[in-house]
Amino acid sequence: MIRFLEFAGRPLVFFVEECGKILLLLLSTISWMFRPPFRFRVMIKQMEFVGVNSLGVVLITGAFTGMVLALQTYHGFRMFGGESLVGATVALSMTRELGPVFTALMVTGRVGSAMAAELGTMKVTEQIDALNTMSVSPIQFLVLPRIIAAILMLPVLTIISDFVGIVGGYFVGVGLLKINSGIFMAKMIEIVDLEDIFNGLIKAAFFGLILSLTGCYKGMHTIGGAEGVGKATTQAVVLSSILIFISDYFLTAVMF
Amino acid sequence: MIKLIKISKSFNGQKVLNELDLDIDPEEITVIIGQSGGGKSVLLKHIIGLIRPDSGQIIIDGVDIANLNDKKLTETRKKFGMLFQDAALFDSMTVGENVAFPLKEHTQLSGKEINKIVNDKLNLVGLDNITHKMPSELSGGMRKRVGLARAIALDPKIILFDEPTTGLDPIMRDSIDRLIVSIQKRTKATFVVISHDIESTFMIAHKIAMLYQGKIVAVGTPDEIRSSNNSFVRRFIKDLKAGVRDQGSGVSSQESGVRAC
Repeated sequence: MIRFLEFAGRPLVFFVEECGKILLLLLSTISWMFRPPFRFRVMIKQMEFVGVNSLGVVLITGAFTGMVLALQTYHGFRMFGGESLVGATVALSMTRELGPVFTALMVTGRVGSAMAAELGTMKVTEQIDALNTMSVSPIQFLVLPRIIAAILMLPVLTIISDFVGIVGGYFVGVGLLKINSGIFMAKMIEIVDLEDIFNGLIKAAFFGLILSLTGCYKGMHTIGGAEGVGKATTQAVVLSSILIFISDYFLTAVMF
Repeated sequence: MIKLIKISKSFNGQKVLNELDLDIDPEEITVIIGQSGGGKSVLLKHIIGLIRPDSGQIIIDGVDIANLNDKKLTETRKKFGMLFQDAALFDSMTVGENVAFPLKEHTQLSGKEINKIVNDKLNLVGLDNITHKMPSELSGGMRKRVGLARAIALDPKIILFDEPTTGLDPIMRDSIDRLIVSIQKRTKATFVVISHDIESTFMIAHKIAMLYQGKIVAVGTPDEIRSSNNSFVRRFIKDLKAGVRDQGSGVSSQESGVRAC
């Protein structure tokens, strides 16, 4: 029985250990945040990578999420004559939940994995050791700009995702399913508060922290050669996604 | 200048360095030789503070760096330059940016002054007109030269070399060896080289230290080592030449004779 518990509990212990180490990296990163030199140029470059370069996937994901949401809710709501609520449901779902979570998951796949791969390659080719020998902190030079860029850019991407999602929902609801445009908009404005949008953006910033921190952590702790980099990349995406879902529940419970 | 006192280090219960003692004289080339997997790189990383010992002292210019906090250790590292085994060039930067990197980080020099130093250092290692190239466009020997130019960019007092000739063909190996000797003559810096290449070692070293089973077992000049009648030293060199791993080689530190430690 004890053996079974040991076997079953090992992944949980590993998960908790990983979370603890990620937290230590966060504390170390915070301690470097207020020490010069401040690397604005590196940060802007990372903001471009995280934000501008992710725009395409976020636009497509956001638009189709809003569209499918309108389609699904229309068929459900029609059973009891609630088609007028489709716009509000799409907007509320996008701003509170689907916008931040789907954006974070897409950016995790694109950016979190790239961070783990880039830093992992630097680790196994001793480039991170080289930074240390040149008296440059890898945390300040590599980790901090990536984390700040992700925290700043995720809310921006989420706003865009929310917007195109609602536009997509409008297109399907009003354009294809012939819901009255005035009712669609009126209900949406009536039910969705500014707080819903704002809380969704706080979630997005938090998810940005999670995906960048996890990507950097996995990269900085890569061992082995190309195989190690591959493992680190996969683990970064899986762990970030799990942490995003878990933290989403708790953030939702606290915020709404 | 560099003094290692009773340094011990274990990884996962396996002792890699075992109460190791070594004095490294200033303005000389000291080569630490030993077999692959024998802890040479670990020793070098202790000297620059990338790895902290389980016990013992690492004295650099009179300061024990083994227990320094990160901030003071970072300051101490400015005395060092290091050439890594595969050069460890930043692959997202050009050659020029790589060599300029420590200058931009630690000096207030203008862009023009930095460019001049970058060109001077690249000339010193025998490279011209490659500042715009990416590291991926360079051969192994060229990468090592650029790595060396970056290591000497700030004119450090101590330069560490991690197997500088590994993976190079014999002609390139001789070329790098000659470069190490000529740069040491010009800079008068303290060079610490780790190697398992006995031919290179005899060519460049002022002093040779033999690392075996986590300890420095013999120290001497190349002539002393070469002409030694000590059976341990002779077998050690023979094993290195043959590339034999230390398991089962049967040598014992008790047999050492040339200024045995």
